[in-house]
Amino acid sequence: MVKKLVVIGAGMASGRALEHLIEANKDAYEITLFNGEPRGNYNRIMLSPVLSGEKAFEEIVTHDAQWYEDNGVICRFGEYIKEIDRERKVVVGSNGEVAYDKLLVATGSSPFIIPVPGKDLPGVIAYRDLEDTNAMIDASAREGAKAVVIGGGLLGLEAAAGLKARGMDVTVLHLMGHLMERQLDEAAGYLLRRALEDKGIEIKCQASTAEILGTDKVEGVRLQDDTVLDADLVVMAVGIRPETRVASAAGLDCERGIKVSDNMCTSDPDVLAVGECVEHRGQLFGLVAPLYDQAKVVAKTLLEEDATFEPKEVATKLKVTGCDLFSAGDFAEGPGREDIVFRDPARGVYKRLVLEGNVIVGAVMYGDTADGNWFFGLIKDKTDISEMRETLIFGPAYQGGESADPMAAVAALPLDAEICGCNGVCKGQIVDAINAGATDLDAVKATTKASASCGTCTGLVEQVLATTLGDDFVMPEAKSVCGCTDLSHEDVRRLIKSKELKSQAAVWQELGWNTPNGCHVCRPAVNYYLLADWPLEYQDDPQSRFVNERRHANIQKDGTYSVVPRMFGGMTTPDELRAIADAADKYDVPTVHVTGGQRIDLLGVKGEDLPAIWADLNAAGMVSGHAYAKGLRTVKTCVGKDHCRFGTQDSTGLGIKLEEKLWGSWSPHKVKLAVSGCPRNCAEATCKDIGVICVDSGYQIGVAGAAGMDVKETERLTDSTDEEETIEIITAFMQLYRENAKYLDRPYKWVAKVGLDWVKEQVVEDIENRKALVARFELSQTIYQKDPWAELASPENAPSFGPMANLNLEAAE
Amino acid sequence: MNWLDIGSIEDIPVRGARIVKTAVGCVAVFRTDEQEVFATSDRCPHKDGPLSEGIVHGKSVTCPLHNWVFSLETGEAQGADEGSIATFATKVENGRIMLDADALQARNAA
Ligand code: SRM
Ligand SMILES: Cc1cc2nc3c(=O)[nH]c(=O)nc-3n(C[C@H](O)[C@H](O)[C@H](O)COP(=O)(O)OP(=O)(O)OC[C@H]3O[C@@H](n4cnc5c(N)ncnc54)[C@H](O)[C@@H]3O)c2cc1C
Ligand code: SF4
Ligand code: FES
Repeated sequence: MVKKLVVIGAGMASGRALEHLIEANKDAYEITLFNGEPRGNYNRIMLSPVLSGEKAFEEIVTHDAQWYEDNGVICRFGEYIKEIDRERKVVVGSNGEVAYDKLLVATGSSPFIIPVPGKDLPGVIAYRDLEDTNAMIDASAREGAKAVVIGGGLLGLEAAAGLKARGMDVTVLHLMGHLMERQLDEAAGYLLRRALEDKGIEIKCQASTAEILGTDKVEGVRLQDDTVLDADLVVMAVGIRPETRVASAAGLDCERGIKVSDNMCTSDPDVLAVGECVEHRGQLFGLVAPLYDQAKVVAKTLLEEDATFEPKEVATKLKVTGCDLFSAGDFAEGPGREDIVFRDPARGVYKRLVLEGNVIVGAVMYGDTADGNWFFGLIKDKTDISEMRETLIFGPAYQGGESADPMAAVAALPLDAEICGCNGVCKGQIVDAINAGATDLDAVKATTKASASCGTCTGLVEQVLATTLGDDFVMPEAKSVCGCTDLSHEDVRRLIKSKELKSQAAVWQELGWNTPNGCHVCRPAVNYYLLADWPLEYQDDPQSRFVNERRHANIQKDGTYSVVPRMFGGMTTPDELRAIADAADKYDVPTVHVTGGQRIDLLGVKGEDLPAIWADLNAAGMVSGHAYAKGLRTVKTCVGKDHCRFGTQDSTGLGIKLEEKLWGSWSPHKVKLAVSGCPRNCAEATCKDIGVICVDSGYQIGVAGAAGMDVKETERLTDSTDEEETIEIITAFMQLYRENAKYLDRPYKWVAKVGLDWVKEQVVEDIENRKALVARFELSQTIYQKDPWAELASPENAPSFGPMANLNLEAAE
Repeated sequence: MNWLDIGSIEDIPVRGARIVKTAVGCVAVFRTDEQEVFATSDRCPHKDGPLSEGIVHGKSVTCPLHNWVFSLETGEAQGADEGSIATFATKVENGRIMLDADALQARNAA
């Protein structure tokens, strides 16, 4: 009698297994194939082209009715198996039982649905099968329909690209900081995001869904931060789980998936499993390549031949519509690794290899994936790459050549080699320009446009100058930000604005940084430039700040901190002083000092106590004095005309108004102000970054003073008769400084570079420009003028000031 | 190895650090990437700066007090500075960070 094989699930894995089985021995089994979906095997991977309209469903069917008939497969499509009775060796379908000698479970995965309110509304779907695909196609047919895709992984992005291709308005919500974080690193994730945004898809990262809105169908999505997005369709593509329900109900050994041994048998030797539903040696599977290997083993086991499934390293060549991506191996986890990074901003290319000792363990590529398979081979074979390490990243074409010194390499370049990718300038054009008299970088820039756009080829242009002119050309001294880039601070600032770079990843990529994420020198500078130029778009990154600004307190030599509450204009009250005294007692503050900035410093506070002492000071109405900030520090005042017999204007009042306006703003270096009530200058206003001397006729505004490592008197910016105008001019000066100065230049250094005349033009003479500067400052303050202490003392942030675990306690318990 | 679960990887910001109090003193646990963590001694060999408060870049940290840079993989000071910090084995599993408890005790006993 022919043995009976029953297969649950007609998916990609079981389809392949049946092919192998039938090819080897068509008559070994009588086969019954159940499928929950009302159809047979098709190529699930190709649902995306069906969604985008490039293919019809018929084109992706792998096994048609004829095939099943020719091979004697009894089809029970559209019928779910509800139960496996292992005792009686039968499966129970909706239309009755079927007995088996051998059973193959191939139930695939089910999409994970995040448990938010509204998840069951009509219009909320997953992306797994033809039904989902058709639902998306239908939704996109309506004029002006909007889709929200939850999940920025492979599936979510495919859905988004397909829906966009069908003309829908699409927003992707992604919980993590960058797209496809499991396959791509941050830089590649950034490039992918940019490409998708260019297609018109909106992308929100770090977006956590709180609720799906709607009464009898989906109408929108509410995020955790209370943003509401309109939606006619919500696609959840947040992950999949092995579909183990029917197997585990039958008592088969399951953990995350159905456990199988090396020959694909489950805990019951008559029951096999294959595909995404299985767990093999603790591993799950989500791509088809390993499933096909499993299918071969299944066929052999069913034919009672020996076979072993050996999981192989898999590469993902991603086909997110229109974007070239490749990722293979392990590129993020584990210590003992080194990176080789290559970026070509002009072509939008990024490549990264991860090495462990002398072998490559991972590779990520974007934009140019031609060498992907070669790298994948090196990963799989664990090839020793020490011989070709220098040129490895350039791919197989460059192997075997000698690693030349850069100068010789430039000299050897043919005349038609492209030097400036942005402007398409070849070496020959530059050499011609040099021979025609352009003997320095600026002249070459002006005559050929080489290095005039993104500037990353500046070094190359200089090398062409050097090889052409020989000793007549003196290479300029590098004044780059740090070892991570050849660009100067000025270049970086200019490029962030002109190329509209709005994230750190954008800066690293577009400006060709040679480290994955900068260093302690460039990262704080870049973080500042980004937040100053794009207050709304860029999100400040605490991890790119020096400890004082991250902890909002000055670190002391013994690791404790100092706490300085703000006293606007140097004014305080008995209540504030009492609260400070109480806090000093309560937290055992060893030192209380009256600072040179007209306020009180509590020194020696333990890091873990910071949130609590801040909460106490907040409760008494005080906020952080930013005594640690590259930002507004103090506005010192004298007692002024209310008390002093010489006072001319309300210096205290003006100082308070200035501090109320400017506090909380970040700047290239610290900024200190003072307002004195008369030229006796008790508030020392003439050596501040910005200082006002009140006189009978109004206000003398001075800027660019210094009294630290250098001592310098302020220079007169202008005089004003009006208090409000004085505040406006000072605010405009502050913004001009914020937008233009190099990180860590105090105003006096910056003004010396740009000239006081230019500054006057910008903030005094050109009134429209002054108002625009003030408007930009005020916009930035809507984001940044907030008390960091209040934020960090909150219950969700405060714990981060303590240890994440205390093993001493656990040991004692 | 005897792996000890010390918390969720989400408890540490990417390119940030937290400390764990142990019998051998404070151990700094750094998260250099979404899924990558390292653990070292929290004390800078220069003048005891708390390394967990430094800026984390690549697989290195810069001491917050005087800018010595340490490799988190080898524990060696980089560049011209000379010195090193102890490193401890870590791994991330299902979003949980594991520290090698034996190493922490072994050093204690020694
Ligand atoms: C607390 C205070 C001393 C005091 O007890 O009076 C102080 C303390 C520090 N000053 Fe200052 N400066 C203090 C007023 C000044 C003044 C006087 C003033 O503000 O009128 C100056 C001269 C004016 C100036 O700013 O240039 C001053 C010039 C400096 C400098 C040199 C800056 C320069 O550009 O040359 C530094 C170093 C730096 O910033 O790079 C500095 C740096 C520091 C730091 C932040 C050192 C550091 O990086 O850790 C000190 C922090 C101590 C702590 O743990 O809190 N401090 N420092 C004063 C706080 C004022 C406030 O209420 O916020
Ligand atoms: C849109 C999309 C794009 C993809 N792109 C790629 C790609 O580019 N590269 C890649 O490698 N992988 C890709 N994948 C993943 C790939 O499709 C899966 O790895 C593969 O289909 C898994 O095969 P399987 O046979 O295990 O499960 P499936 O193909 O899911 O088949 C399982 C079948 O079992 C049925 N079933 C479940 N339970 C029962 C039951 N109790 N009774 C009866 N029937 C049941 C289901 O209805 C389903 O038809 C993609 C997936 C999707 C959805
Ligand atoms: S500023 Fe002038 S008026 Fe004010 S206290 Fe000093 S001397 Fe007196
Ligand atoms: S204490 Fe670390 S560098 Fe000085």
